[in-house]
Amino acid sequence: MISCDEAAIICNKTQYREASLAEKLKLRLHILWCNSCYSYVKKNTKLTSLCRKAALEGLTEAEKKALKDRMAGFQG
Amino acid sequence: MAMNSLKPHTWVDRYADYLYNYAIARVSEREVAKDLVQETFYAGLKSAKNFKGNASERTWLIAILKRKVIDHYRKINSRKGQAEVHMHYQPGSDQEGDWLEEQVAGPLRDLENNRLENEELGMAIQECISKLPKKQSQVFTMKTIQGLATEDICKELGINPSNLWVMIHRARTALMGCLNENWFE
Repeated sequence: MISCDEAAIICNKTQYREASLAEKLKLRLHILWCNSCYSYVKKNTKLTSLCRKAALEGLTEAEKKALKDRMAGFQG
Repeated sequence: MAMNSLKPHTWVDRYADYLYNYAIARVSEREVAKDLVQETFYAGLKSAKNFKGNASERTWLIAILKRKVIDHYRKINSRKGQAEVHMHYQPGSDQEGDWLEEQVAGPLRDLENNRLENEELGMAIQECISKLPKKQSQVFTMKTIQGLATEDICKELGINPSNLWVMIHRARTALMGCLNENWFE
């Protein structure tokens, strides 16, 4: 049996499709009897669909780095 | 009440994506949106001494960006020589009619409502992300928004996969608490 902490980590991996089949099975089994993890999984899955729905966009790390450099130059 | 103060060295990490999200919904060109975010930060630096501390940093910056977006459209319009407003009855038809009434609650209206709701959701999520500790927001953003592979993020930040998953876990738990319950219904 896995602990709730492990279950949470597997649940998070699932959100990014990075959990193995064995992990997913363990999680399924765990939430059969663990109510708090069951609602965590539900809420976390909903968060994933919200992020997808919002179609979040952002700058890349390189763009942020360049922006920081330009701002430092601007101040100086 | 404690006065808010400005911390410009944290702006890019905390607000760049938030502001970018607002800008891209309005100008729809990536490069233009990026420039507007940069101009916003520059304007913020320039007028930092005028910051009264009544608003939060984030509110203050978004107010600057709003002006920048308006200025951007003014510039485009003056380049054309005049402000133009185009109204189409239906794309691809030259039918005339009382389009306002006929379009009520039609499919286009639903689409528009969806767009607004998704934008509001996007801003709410970005706002919550900007409240996360720096490392958590960085890892969450790289993983969720930029869609980078776990391995690449670990290499970039010099952490191991179990660190990464712990940070993702903390970030996601915080976001679930920060986002309004209504979104989860």
